[in-house]
This record gives sequence, C-alpha cells and structure tokens, in this order.
Amino acid sequence: MTDQLTPNAIGRDVARADGPLKVLGAAPYAYDQPLTDPLYLCTVDATVVRGRVAGVDASAALAMDGVELVLTHENAPELSTEDGELRVLQSPEVHFRGQVVAAVVATTTEVAAAAAGAVVVTYDTEPFAVTAGSDPAGLHAPEKVNAGYPTDTDDGDLDAAVAAAAFTVDEEYTTARTHNNPLEPHTTVATWTGGDLHVFEASQSVFGARRVLAGVFGLDPERVRVTCPYVGGGFGSKGSPHAGAVVTVMAARMLPGRSVKFALTRRQMFRLVGYRPRMTQRVRLAAAPDGTLTGVGVDVVQESARIKEYAEQTAVAARMMYAAPNRRTSHRLALLDIPVPTWMRAPGEAPGMFALETAIDELAARVGIDPIALRVRNEPERDPATGKPFSSRHLVDCLHEGADRFGWYDRDPRPRSRRVNGWLVGYGVAASTYPAYRMPANSAVVRYTADDRYRVEIGASDLGTGAWTALAQIAADALGVPQDSIDLAIGDTRLPRATVAGGSSGTASWGTAIVEAARAFRDKFGRTPEPDDEVFADAPENTAAKDFALHGYGAQFAEVRVHEDTGEIRVPRLYGMFDAGRVINPRTARSQLVGGMTMGLSMALHEDSVMDTALGHTANPDLGEYHIAANADVHEIRADWLGIPDERLNPMGSKGIGEIGITGTAAAIANAAHHATGVRVRELPITLDKFLR
Amino acid sequence: MKPFAYRRATDARSAVATVAADPDAAFLAGGTNLVDHLKLGVACPSLLVDVSDLAADLVEHLPDGGLRIGAGTRNSDLAAHPVVRAHYPLLSEALLSGASGQLRNAATTAGNLLQRTRCGYFRDATAPCNKREPGSGCPAVAGHNRHHAILGASPDCVATHPSDLAAAMVALDATAVVLGPDGERRVPIGGLYRLPGDDPTRDTVLAHGELITAVELPAPFGGRARYRKVRDRASFAFALVSVAAAVRMHDGVVEDLRLVFGGLAHRPWRAAHAEDALRGSAPTEVALRAAADAELLDARTLSGNGFKVPLARNTLVSVLRELTDGAAEPEDDA
Repeated sequence: MTDQLTPNAIGRDVARADGPLKVLGAAPYAYDQPLTDPLYLCTVDATVVRGRVAGVDASAALAMDGVELVLTHENAPELSTEDGELRVLQSPEVHFRGQVVAAVVATTTEVAAAAAGAVVVTYDTEPFAVTAGSDPAGLHAPEKVNAGYPTDTDDGDLDAAVAAAAFTVDEEYTTARTHNNPLEPHTTVATWTGGDLHVFEASQSVFGARRVLAGVFGLDPERVRVTCPYVGGGFGSKGSPHAGAVVTVMAARMLPGRSVKFALTRRQMFRLVGYRPRMTQRVRLAAAPDGTLTGVGVDVVQESARIKEYAEQTAVAARMMYAAPNRRTSHRLALLDIPVPTWMRAPGEAPGMFALETAIDELAARVGIDPIALRVRNEPERDPATGKPFSSRHLVDCLHEGADRFGWYDRDPRPRSRRVNGWLVGYGVAASTYPAYRMPANSAVVRYTADDRYRVEIGASDLGTGAWTALAQIAADALGVPQDSIDLAIGDTRLPRATVAGGSSGTASWGTAIVEAARAFRDKFGRTPEPDDEVFADAPENTAAKDFALHGYGAQFAEVRVHEDTGEIRVPRLYGMFDAGRVINPRTARSQLVGGMTMGLSMALHEDSVMDTALGHTANPDLGEYHIAANADVHEIRADWLGIPDERLNPMGSKGIGEIGITGTAAAIANAAHHATGVRVRELPITLDKFLR
Repeated sequence: MKPFAYRRATDARSAVATVAADPDAAFLAGGTNLVDHLKLGVACPSLLVDVSDLAADLVEHLPDGGLRIGAGTRNSDLAAHPVVRAHYPLLSEALLSGASGQLRNAATTAGNLLQRTRCGYFRDATAPCNKREPGSGCPAVAGHNRHHAILGASPDCVATHPSDLAAAMVALDATAVVLGPDGERRVPIGGLYRLPGDDPTRDTVLAHGELITAVELPAPFGGRARYRKVRDRASFAFALVSVAAAVRMHDGVVEDLRLVFGGLAHRPWRAAHAEDALRGSAPTEVALRAAADAELLDARTLSGNGFKVPLARNTLVSVLRELTDGAAEPEDDA
C-alpha cells in the first residue's frame, strides 16, 4: 500500500488551468514561439515506393530568392543512429513512398514550398510490397512486442481444448490502418548556438525527445534543450520524434544561429509520424457447455515497415482477460515497403479488444447465454498471464453497474428483434482494459517562493489532456494548500526529469514524484518555510508492479441503429462504466474517457487508410477522404466510474484513463450491429455496404 | 503552391474579358474548392479574378412565378431563404446536407455548381490522373474506387460529381445564366455537365472565361419533394448515393415526377428511365423496384463500388415510398 493523499483538491471538478489561454489563442504551442528572423523548411518527398535517388537537381530551387539551403543525401550531416526511421538523408535509398528525400530552407513558407516543388529528383525503382501477403519473404516473428511483452505464449494445450469443447469460435477479425491525426500537426523549431541545440518540439515527452535527438546527432544530452509547454494532441504519434524533427535539426545545424521551423502538412501526417498498422487476428475460443472457457487463442498478423520493426502487443490483453487454462498467442509481422507505424492510443488493446470482445459475443450467442453472464462466468481469480494477484480488478462491477445504468436488460436477445421507423435497433456490450503503468525515472522540485505560493517543477507534458490542472491539484493536496497556491512548471528539459505522456502513465508517474517532493519539503521545512526553500526528490520505486497485476477495466454499452434500406449505421448511445481508481479531476477525466470512446466509435465506423497497391501509398490521405467521426455521428456518449481507489498503485490511488476509453468500443458497436441486424461484421470499419441486401 | 496574381473584379463583363483573355486565369468566388486545389498543386492559375464582390447575391421573384438566384448567393443564405424554404424545399434540403456550416457560409451558388468532380487521385498531384494530366492514366479504375461512378463513366475517368445542389437543381429544371465574352446565354443545369468520355479534363460545357451570373428556377413543380443523401458518416461527407426526387400524385397514380441521382456519375444523373417507368403508374413496391432496376440496368461497377447498385436502388425506392405516401406498402421482411 502507498500512503494515500487526503483528497481535497483532487476529486474536484476543476476547469482547465490552460483553458483561457487556449481559447484566446495565447497558449504558445511549439510552432508559435516568438523568434527573430526564423527560416522555414519544406521537404521534398519520394514519389516512388522503393529504389534509389538517382539524381537531385536543385539548381532551380537554389536560384530562387530567399532560398538558404537545399539539403539532400549528398550534403546532409552524418547521423549517429541505426534507427531506420530517423536515418534521414543518410543514403540515396528510398524505403517508402513519401519518405523525405530532400529539404529546402527559405525565408518564407511560400518560397520554401515553391522551391521544394522546383527540386527535380530522379529515381531508379525496384519492385515493392505494400500489403501483407504480397511479400515473398513471408512473415517475421519479432523478438518481443511493444512495451516489452513476449511475442508468443503457449500455456496448456489449446488444440486439445478446442477439440474437446462443447462450443467454439474460430474466426478472423481485421482492423484497419488508422492514423493518429491530432489537430496540431507535428512541428519542430530548431536553433543551434555554438554546440548547443534548442528545440521547440510538439511532443508528448520533452526528455524523450532530448534523448532521441541527442543520440541521433551524437550530442551530450546536457547540450540539448527541448521545450514544449502546450501540445495539440498526439495520441502516441508525438511520443518520440520522427523524421520531420530530424531533418529540421539537421537543417538548423547547417545554418548556425538561425531558427528553422517546420510544420507537417496534413497529408504528410499520413506517412511521417506513425500510425496504427492494419492487422488480422485469428481468435479461437473453446468453452464447456455452460460457457466456461477452456481455451483462448489469438494469432496476430500485422503489417510493419521493413526499415523499422513495430509490433503492436495486440494479443496481450487476451492473455489476461479471462480465466482459461489453455492459452496460446502469437504475433507475426509482414515487413513491407510502407511508412513506419507507431503507437496510437492503446496500441495492442484497441485492436486486441475488438477481436477478443467480438469473439466473446459470438461465443455467448452460440452458448445461448447473456454476454455479460458469460464474462462474469469467466472472471479469473488471479492474472492468468503472470499468476499474480490483481492489485484491484472491478470488471464484474463495471459490467453489472453499467448494464443497470444503460438499461441492458430491456433488450430482447434475438437479433433483428427491434425495428423503429425503418431502423433496426440493437444493443451490444464489450469489456475494456488497459494496464495501470507507472514509469520509473521521474523527479520533481518543490520550492516555496513567497506569500504562500509554491513553485512545483517537473518536465512533464500536457498533450491536451489536463496535466496542467491535475498536477496542480495533486501538488496542492500533497502540500496541504489550496490549488491556487501552486505555480506549476512543465514542458521543458530544464525542469526535473519526467517520462512520457503516454501509456496512460503520466498522472501516476509525475504525480508520484510531486507527492514525494512535497512530502520531503514538509519534512524538511515544516508548514512555515522561508522563501527559496526547495526540495528535489525522485519518485520511489514502483514495488506494486513486482507483486501484482496492475490494470484498469471497464464495460462499454452501445445502442446501434442500422437503416433497413440503406445500411446506414448510427450510434445514438454509448455508455461506459470504468474501474479507473480514484479520479483526480472529473472534468478532464470525463473528457479523456468520452474522447477515447469517441475515437473508438470512429475506429468502429469510419477510420480506414486505404493502401493503393499500384501507387504504394495511402489513397485517402486527408481529412476529406479519411473519415473520422463528425459531430453528427456522436450522439449521447457518457462515461462514469466506480471511483474505487487502488491504494497499491500510487499515493493518489489512480489508474490511467487516457487510453482505456478506446478499448472495447468497436466491439460493443459491432456486437450491437449484430444484435440489430443479425449480420456479424468482423472487419473494421463497419460501413453500410456490409448490411446491404 | 505556385505564386499567382490576384485581382478583385468590379463588374462581370470586365471579369469575363480578363479571364477569357488569359488561359491561365481563373475565377475565384467562395474559394472552398479552388483554394484547396491551389494548395494541393492541382490547380496552378497565374491569375485569380475574384468575383465575390459583384452584386450577385440577390434572390428575386421572376414574372413567371420562378426565382432568380444570384450566382454569388452563399449556400447558407440560399438554404435559409424563406421563399426557397417555402417553395423549393428540395434546394434547402440538398444544400444543408452538403459540406459543413463553415463551408456553406463561404461557398456560393455558382461555385458549388462548378466544383470539380471528386476523386482522391485527382487531388493527389503525385498520382497519375487523366483529368489533371491528360493521358497519364486513371489509377481509380483499379484502385480505391468506393466513391466512384457506376453510370456514364469511361475508361479514362470514373470520378463522380459531388454537388448536392447540382442534383437538386437538375430535378428542379433550373437554368444557368452564363456570361461570356460574346454575351449572355442560358444553359439548362441538366445540360451543364459532361460525361468524361475521352476528355475528362472538362467537367462542364462552359468555355474558359464563361461566368455563371445567376441561376433561374421555374415555378415550383408542386407535389412533394425530398433530397435524401446516403454517405459514410452522418454529416460532412460526400454522397455515396443521393436522390433528388419530386413527385406529383393524382388519384393514386404518379402524375409526374423528377428523379435525379447524385454520387453515381460524372454529372448529376437524371433517372429518365425510372421516371418513364413510373409516370402514370400506381407506385407499388414492385413498380418502384422495377423503375429503379430499369435505371440501373446499365450500371458498370468497379472493384470497390459494387454496393452502389443495391444502395441506389434501395435509396430510390425508399424515397419514392415516402413521397407517394403509403400508396405502396413496404414489404415486411421480418
């Protein structure tokens, strides 16, 4: 158990500290920093999929007024990285269509763009493979999958369990390639002064960005400063710098003393900042006559880039969710000539819980019991994956409480049983889960300034989720002062070290460091400090992770309508009940959960990056053609929580809430669509053509 | 984006003279389509002549009971106009189903009608496209063609016209008033648009430099009308299929009707076969389905848009069922 804070500021519905600045347009995002005579970068992107740059003719670009530099593989500085995504302009090789093959720096964005258009690049091309199954090299087993999980697991004898089962499910589920697409595109502003580098980077982790850039450029991290006070969303794509940051820093290095700015276009956001890869999961379930699971199997085949492996931990949730003695999971990659994928909100759990929770619904239908009852029947005592006890697990409470509040038991379980004004109506349910991570290596400073004010410093990032507000609430309770006595400083590597706003770990990780520093401050200086009294503290080790399985849970319910004539699908109601520990700020927490569910709705119904196999790139790379849910698609979405603190996790008793909201949503919607129509959709997105007759 | 010159027009005649004299000039109105294309490198005019200041945003009654709509009338204003709402609700419904509130505030009547056909490959300046670069090929034929044409397409181009307003205007028998260097002419909206054939570069029959100054609607058709748009999300998406329909019933029989499909072809598709099949008939479920099937007999589908055939049929039947007011009982398929 950790020593819990006495809640006073935490738990309150506090408006965002940064709200007024953002509404006024006065919050300085990375690209908005005031600079003297900045220069602007525009990249030239490969128009072939695989091959080599045969020649670059930059003469016309260099002749244009205002052009300061054309960067190519022939004049680019040498980088000290083997990371295939970050080795920008290190060779003439082209690995995917849209790769940066040159860059222009000029005095205005317009000149830079015009000059980039005037750079003539010629290529020698080679045959390419851009879809899983088209690559003659076949599938590849990664050494491990994202977040360090084993690639394969095999417990008991799944095949025997399936052979002996009263009921089985053996189906394939496909999730689409989807793109993070935060409102703020990725931006980098870089300035070299002497041997020192200062970067404003739209980032979920200023320290992570510093570590990566220092490594790529062979620098002592102490000579690199990364600043980012505000972020306009990232969903994982700003978890680590990408090629755009590298090329900008590279260009700035060749123009010492000048600031070089780069903002990606929306179309570039579809190829240069990562995305969730397309994948297919074969799910096998085996059950006894009463629905007790005897076997769970998930085999994932996922696309990834040949130049940098990324294996999403898709089957990991299935190792833990339900009690079944026989379990087998595997992850395989098709390594292709495509852009490098990366983290997108709940990597692993988002696609994994679509497949598993749809399969569970299919099993419930075959067994002939309510899908909630099936889940309850298979609730494990201990974590099946590790054998450890759960620090807390309230999935069954979420299912029961959620079912009551949603009105689940009003439904006639038979498919196609309800019809309203030409619309078929159905209800669906699915479970949600996401690990309760807390990262090591976080520190904080607490300083008494004067007049009852405390400055609290940590190099955390607020990617739009509410860290500016929630961390001040935590600091206030840790110091035993009102929230408005706290002056928070985040978003700069000059502050104490902090880990990523990712893995839903930010509040737990940073908050623990702040609490540690605040308690040390009180121990040392008591309640009546002198101005400039200061304490620095490291967060304590996360001992709970050794002894317990740490996860959040939830239950999501969907009402879906499918038009009988046109197949149009609408979701008038989504309801989520979450086991998220103690909630620090109900307002920003609800935004996170409802936002995650909205993104889950979008994943279910809309998002689909279509690979053109002839051209070798995404055929719909803008928000006109790549649909995300629009306002009219989002009707009633509600999120509630049980509010049971998990005192083993951290002094706040909180679990991360940034990602769990997107997990299970697509399955709840697919299950509801099946209940409405009798049509089982196993390939996302769920579009109207799948219901047409 | 290529640098360009910008000129603000003060009168229609000189605007037309300026653009007609310069093959690289273009008219600019609301800019909701052209400015996108400038940024994407799809359109590279050297001169933009801004016609949005011309006093062309009037909606006036015509002596024959019709309505004259100034070319510069914003989509939002036209949709909200009391006369349009009262007598041409099809128009309001079509306009409000298009784009977003912000875009409708900027987009003009003529600009909406003259937006380019929609195709992701056309918008991708790095891809081949016969419309953008004649002879370069059409990747949509074998590529991503979910949104593409099933009627009237050619091997050179399978793009669809995206305007909801245009489909409604065709159903209303509207006429464009067009000013050219040699004076004014009148072009029925039904004849304004071209099929791609072997020259997909031109979407309409207008010559370079011709400017739509107004659109005229005849007296209201009467009966009941409906614009039904089916798309991949609930708003802010182009039609997969839309139906602009107006029906006059008499004694349980279809006296007259106008049916236009959007989203199926390079132009709004007047469903003349379906109209002929139903005119003078009782609108039974069987008759409605047969009429829809008659229209879609010549449909040619691509790898990703085969669903448009049943979707178009079902949508047309659904709309007609509604407009003929229960004269035909829906089949119970429970």
